[in-house]
Amino acid sequence: MLEIIIEIIISILEEGFVYAILALGVYITYKILDFPDLSVDGTFPLGGAVAVMLILAGVNPIAALFVSFLSGAIAGMITGIIHVKFKVRDLLSGIIVMTALYSINLRIAGGNVSIFSKQTIFENKLFDRLIPDTLDGYIKVTILFVIIIFMKLLLDGYLNTKSGYLLRAVGDNEHLVTSLAKDKGLVKIIGLSIANGFAGLAGGIYSQKSGFFEISTGTGAIVIGLASVIIGTNIFRKARFKPTTAVILGAVIYKACVWIAIALGMESRDMKLITATLFLVILVLSNDRRRRVKTNA
Amino acid sequence: MLELQNINKYYNPGTVNEMCLFHDFSVKIQDGEFVSVVGSNGSGKTSMLNIICGSIPLDSGNVLIHHEDITNMPEFKRQRKIGRVYQNPSMGTCPNMTILENMSLADNKGKSFNLLRGTNKKRIEFYRDNLRTLNLGLEDKMNVPVGSLSGGQRQAMALLMSTMTPIEFLILDEHTAALDPKTAELIMELTNKIVTEKKLTTIMVTHNLRYAVEYGNRLIMMHQGKAIIDEAGDKKKSMRIDDILSKFNEISIECGN
Repeated sequence: MLEIIIEIIISILEEGFVYAILALGVYITYKILDFPDLSVDGTFPLGGAVAVMLILAGVNPIAALFVSFLSGAIAGMITGIIHVKFKVRDLLSGIIVMTALYSINLRIAGGNVSIFSKQTIFENKLFDRLIPDTLDGYIKVTILFVIIIFMKLLLDGYLNTKSGYLLRAVGDNEHLVTSLAKDKGLVKIIGLSIANGFAGLAGGIYSQKSGFFEISTGTGAIVIGLASVIIGTNIFRKARFKPTTAVILGAVIYKACVWIAIALGMESRDMKLITATLFLVILVLSNDRRRRVKTNA
Repeated sequence: MLELQNINKYYNPGTVNEMCLFHDFSVKIQDGEFVSVVGSNGSGKTSMLNIICGSIPLDSGNVLIHHEDITNMPEFKRQRKIGRVYQNPSMGTCPNMTILENMSLADNKGKSFNLLRGTNKKRIEFYRDNLRTLNLGLEDKMNVPVGSLSGGQRQAMALLMSTMTPIEFLILDEHTAALDPKTAELIMELTNKIVTEKKLTTIMVTHNLRYAVEYGNRLIMMHQGKAIIDEAGDKKKSMRIDDILSKFNEISIECGN
């Protein structure tokens, strides 16, 4: 019995940590930039497609993740350019990039691709040699924990730099950024790049964890990311730790909720329905959307 | 020196609502002048500031700073030499960032926003001393988000932040209008102190005729895109509120209201 519980907890943590990386990206756009960025629905699978194809080509799986991040960042930059330079509304800019990426992702991966038996950051000869078989079940969750903590500290660190201050300022009051003689559009583009870099990285890690790339993994990524951000920042509103930590916890809590829904008898084909329902419940409970709608009206 | 040359500005061009605000409007503002600008709503006061700052496009005409044409320079680039305080106290600060973070941002104007630490620890005492001059107790709330401060406190910070780095021009857009009379008084005195100390060329739009008369060394009254009063020096000093009021009445009668 205990073993089963531990197994469940580990699988929730694994899923939670992967999506936490995505959620950190969504945190940048939704909370810091106040930009509803739908492009993550395309950049998450983009990162996955890129990672899978690079691994199949024999590239080091860690290097593949760098490229995943980079590809997401470039796509995010395009969303930013469409919004800032061509003055397309924020929501539409994201939809354009998301839609375009669907085809691009299929072009890159050519369909659903498996990387079973290939070396990944989770399964490789080094771990086989170093880690005893009894601990095999903990490898993924440990690696994911290290990655998410690393990314969180990186983001925290960045937000405390001068450039990070400017990023926070542009979402808070863009007039001030202009007053500081800085181009607010450029700051937004940088923010969208970083955010989608996180999404791309999350996708790359996700595909390495699951051992395959599937075009549909991206559908609803934005909702999972948003739900994690809203759960985390609302539940832990008064907590002493940083919002980035709250977002990570939010992603884990969200995945736990999904697990509970499935345990209660929902089928996996009901996934999106569960996601949508959970998201609605979270929005209503947290009051987040209503406040935003009002302040923007 | 700041110059507006032959400015033409239409609103809603090509529609039935087309309105000509400025027709061949020119004004020169000398270095060290503190200009108060008054006028009724829609007279072009704020539009003039927006044209100087590049916030709205021009139909024709030129904007010059020290004889350099900046008409096509984007808004954010012009701000290197300009500090601006808005009517709305929340426009000059970041509400979700702390006082310290806001001061650090302002302090970095004109420098690179790179990957160095956002707040320079060595500057904290300097910020504290700066805040102390406001007499609002903000120096003891350095880690409080600015959003939790009152409008007056925020406006005082906005003023401090916009003048922290070396600028040449200070643009004040009805910056006391949203404040209660006592706080407005405080902000106005503070403004005068900063302008005098830093020898800033200042343009202040205000609806408060007393401020317009009491402060500054030049007074402009705008009406339908023209400067119908423009007095400096001794003539400005001898002006009384009643003089401006009677002019106001005169133009109101002309307009038929």
